Amino acid sequence: MPFIPHTETDIENMLARIGVGEISDLFDEIPPDLRIAGLDGIGPALSEAEISRFMQQRARADGEPLCFLGAGAYDHYVPAAVWDIATRGEFYSAYTPYQAEASQGTLQVIYEFQTMLASLTDLDVSNASLYDGATAFAEACLMAVRANRKNKSRRILVPRSLSPVYRSVARAILGGQKIELVELAMLDGRTDTAALADDVGEGFAAIAIQNPSFLGTLEDVDTLTDWAHDKGALVIGVANPMALALLKPPGQWGQKGADIACGEGQPMGIPLSSGGPYFGYMVCRQDIVRQMPGRIVGRTIDLEGKPGFTLTLQAREQHIRRSRATSNICTNQGLMATAATIYMSLLGATGLRQVARSCNANTNALVTRLTSLPGMSRAFTTPFFHEVVLLLDRPVAGVLSGLSAQGIIGGYDLTDDYPELGNALLVCATETRGAADIESYANAMSDLFEVAA
Amino acid sequence: MSEVPDSFLYTKDHEWLRLNDDGSITVGISDHAQEALGELVFVEVPEVGDTLSAGDACAVVESVKAASDIYCPLEGEVVETNAALADAPELVNSSPYEDGWVFRMNPENATALDEFMDADAYGRHLAELED
Amino acid sequence: MSEPLIFEYESVARVGFAPEAAGESNLPEDALRTDELVMPRASELEVVRHFTRLSQLNFSIDTQFYPLGSCTMKYNPRVCNRVAMLPQNLARHPLGPVEHGQGFLQTMYELQEMLQAVTGMKAVSLTPMAGAQGEFAGVAMIRAYHQRRGDHERVQIIVPDAAHGTNPATATMCGCDVVEIPTGDDGDIDLDRLRAVVGPQTAGIMLTNPSTLGVFERQIAEIAAIVHEAGGLLYYDGANLNAILGKTLPGDMGFDVVHMNLHKTFSTPHGGGGPGSGAVGVSERLEPFLPVPFVQKEGNLYTWATEADYPHSIGRLSAFMGNAGVLLRAYVYMRMLGRKGMERVSDFAVLNANYLMASLAEAGFELAFPERRASHEFIISLKQIQRDTGVTAMDFAKALLDYGFHAPTTYFPLLVPECLLIEPTETESRHALDGFVAAMVSIKEMAYADADQVKQAPLTMPVRRLDDVRAAKHPDLVWTPGTAT
Repeated sequence: MPFIPHTETDIENMLARIGVGEISDLFDEIPPDLRIAGLDGIGPALSEAEISRFMQQRARADGEPLCFLGAGAYDHYVPAAVWDIATRGEFYSAYTPYQAEASQGTLQVIYEFQTMLASLTDLDVSNASLYDGATAFAEACLMAVRANRKNKSRRILVPRSLSPVYRSVARAILGGQKIELVELAMLDGRTDTAALADDVGEGFAAIAIQNPSFLGTLEDVDTLTDWAHDKGALVIGVANPMALALLKPPGQWGQKGADIACGEGQPMGIPLSSGGPYFGYMVCRQDIVRQMPGRIVGRTIDLEGKPGFTLTLQAREQHIRRSRATSNICTNQGLMATAATIYMSLLGATGLRQVARSCNANTNALVTRLTSLPGMSRAFTTPFFHEVVLLLDRPVAGVLSGLSAQGIIGGYDLTDDYPELGNALLVCATETRGAADIESYANAMSDLFEVAA
Repeated sequence: MSEVPDSFLYTKDHEWLRLNDDGSITVGISDHAQEALGELVFVEVPEVGDTLSAGDACAVVESVKAASDIYCPLEGEVVETNAALADAPELVNSSPYEDGWVFRMNPENATALDEFMDADAYGRHLAELED
Repeated sequence: MSEPLIFEYESVARVGFAPEAAGESNLPEDALRTDELVMPRASELEVVRHFTRLSQLNFSIDTQFYPLGSCTMKYNPRVCNRVAMLPQNLARHPLGPVEHGQGFLQTMYELQEMLQAVTGMKAVSLTPMAGAQGEFAGVAMIRAYHQRRGDHERVQIIVPDAAHGTNPATATMCGCDVVEIPTGDDGDIDLDRLRAVVGPQTAGIMLTNPSTLGVFERQIAEIAAIVHEAGGLLYYDGANLNAILGKTLPGDMGFDVVHMNLHKTFSTPHGGGGPGSGAVGVSERLEPFLPVPFVQKEGNLYTWATEADYPHSIGRLSAFMGNAGVLLRAYVYMRMLGRKGMERVSDFAVLNANYLMASLAEAGFELAFPERRASHEFIISLKQIQRDTGVTAMDFAKALLDYGFHAPTTYFPLLVPECLLIEPTETESRHALDGFVAAMVSIKEMAYADADQVKQAPLTMPVRRLDDVRAAKHPDLVWTPGTAT
């Protein structure tokens, strides 16, 4: 019997102390007509050996195709030490650090994490993580509306080039609070700054800018930031932290810098993992920190003057403010933030820059190689980070299917989200997709085209 | 036993009101309230010029373990807020009725003061809460 | 024993994790940053030592007993981690073609079915990434249901005063108003008050059963009737599912929507603050509103159900499909337990709680509900000890650390003064429980003998009590280069 340690003697002694005859007596407060005889629909127990083998077989059956798909989750190499340490029992099975004296390990890790995120984004204060990039974006929108006290608008301008799924999640989360997302038009794969003045309408609380955009392109962050600030709005910068190793961070956009930065932290040491758990990050300017959701760790001193760490500014959170809380968030993504901190420590600034540059370089190579094939061209001239939109001369779905049969995940089909682009495919090459992989992709693609021709 | 100065009026949410000579009203929180909260770490004050209705949550006092709303007692406009609280929120603890005042407002309707408790009534209210 | 910050090392960092790039990098100059990143400069060994030593400063289930009420800190089986970290599971992209994910999708589908079975609900979505998100989904679905029927005035959510803070916070996030109702001295909700507040404005009620007071809500059938008759729906906060696994079903109790905390009941790791998973289950009438995506079966093919299949869905709560790795761990756990194993979970969770309660009562501690059975958790109040000695629940929590026990939940629920909410879980032995009782007795004796000693605790941890006020008034939230340490 897994995990339950009691012997028969234990049970007898315990029942005697409680003063009942059997364990089932302890459930006598449950109305009899609500009692069930047992669980239908749950099978028999499997031993650890059986379930291990079974799950290995299932995993093997799925294979490990070669991945050129990004679209918000990226395949980076994660050094072995990261998860060896992150899955140590003392990190893995620790609780939320509410009792600070028993959690100095986790708390210091988060403080270091906060420091790294603040530096990457060049803003003042980071939280300890949110669920993922999409929910971090939704929370940033909520925060911008709360924090922009001068401007009572509940509209947020969101570029078409910003991730469609982030916009979708934001609508799902913000709908109940009557916050409206207004789309900004796209030109050559990024936000059309020439079309901006037309959109002000009844004012807006904030603009969101994703850089690099969902389509991989570099936005005109300075123009957009200054324009929004001029109109009394806040600026939310959504950024891939890996890109921030090289690109100008949200805190340096325009004259005054963005007010809130957020995004998906997965590229920093979290494998693709079938979709999660990842982590969202959020960093903001000092003067709006009390509007920021999520846990925050601060450094302080103990009774003897020794430095130590503790959760702070908790009065914003659900366990104190209840219905007036900044968010209902309780559990966050602590273990992922721990892994990310170890990853960033192992790579350091130089390592991160090297990875980011490699991503850009490999994607350049991928694009050059693929567009050398007939029927493939680039959709935009706008510069990109590590993802590019390619136009195909035939429906994308069929091409991806054919590639999949050859063990290659070719990219993300943009047809549904961006029908105006035509047969558009979003491809990505990280530092893990080198020359040989690119050659495999190109060959598989030409084979497909030959077969069709 | 907490302090309850005679010259003020009180609300059941532990705010005090002081009627000033120019007709404006100064608002703060009572000794009982500051003690229950513990040492304050932050006070969020309303904006000068804000028009408020009676019952609007217009300020927040925050300690390590709690954050409480201060409710605007009367309809009116905020004309001044206590700038000293930005650097020294603990003034509310050490001097809740003087240096720890939170904001001052011009009420729409000066006669609406009748509905508030005087010092005796508030003192009785506190005694009831103890039970 | 304190560990320097990772930024204080000045070594040459190891680079070269990535192989040679295939091409040239060509980012435009004006898009690049020119400042220096504040990142560690430590060798691999320094990094490994630093984080290993930091881990040693933590309490964890793997090292200490954690009787935290409402958290269900049971053992996290290692094989769950091994399976979740199989290379194919780690390498799979969430947007990849379903042909390359049938094994994974089938696992998710089977997990959905198992969660339906343990709750008595008709359909399950695995996407919410934590209990709080599950709550959001639940309340959002309730609102969507009423709105679709044209019932736009139903904006009130009823919440017991003892509810977990996420409940009212969630209601507000969904654009609802919160109405609190009181709990009686016997731990059950005040039905008269409930009858007084329900009406045409009622969207629903959020309940936990057993409640946050650690006792079974005996009048649940009546509560369900009152709320349903008024046109409202019932939401079940599954935080306390461990107490009733295999004994009763929330679906039978009348709940329309349920969220489960997989990181509690189904033993996925707490990770120092997450990740969790808040899968949500619904009755038939809420099925059209389930958050997407979830797994559906078409013949022999497993696919993702999306907005196209469920146009009335409340939408997406996650960029992808939720915390897949957490879901895999929960699946493995549930398969290892099987039917009998799950039924035994509640047997022993409740046995342990009642034994611990009886032991502490015998030792002179005051029970909040002495006439009631403990569910999987119970509350003791230290109010008398505080009156006699000045020693508080917080002081007990700190003193327990010196005995090698993490404290129980303190000061929640807010209703019981100086309370400790204690949940041992089924994976603790009688020996561990006896050790905890002995420590509590020791601390109580010390409280009466020399209260100040208790108030000085903890004495043996890496730090003494920390200055929270300073942390909030003068926040130091980021290390900056040049800071003295």
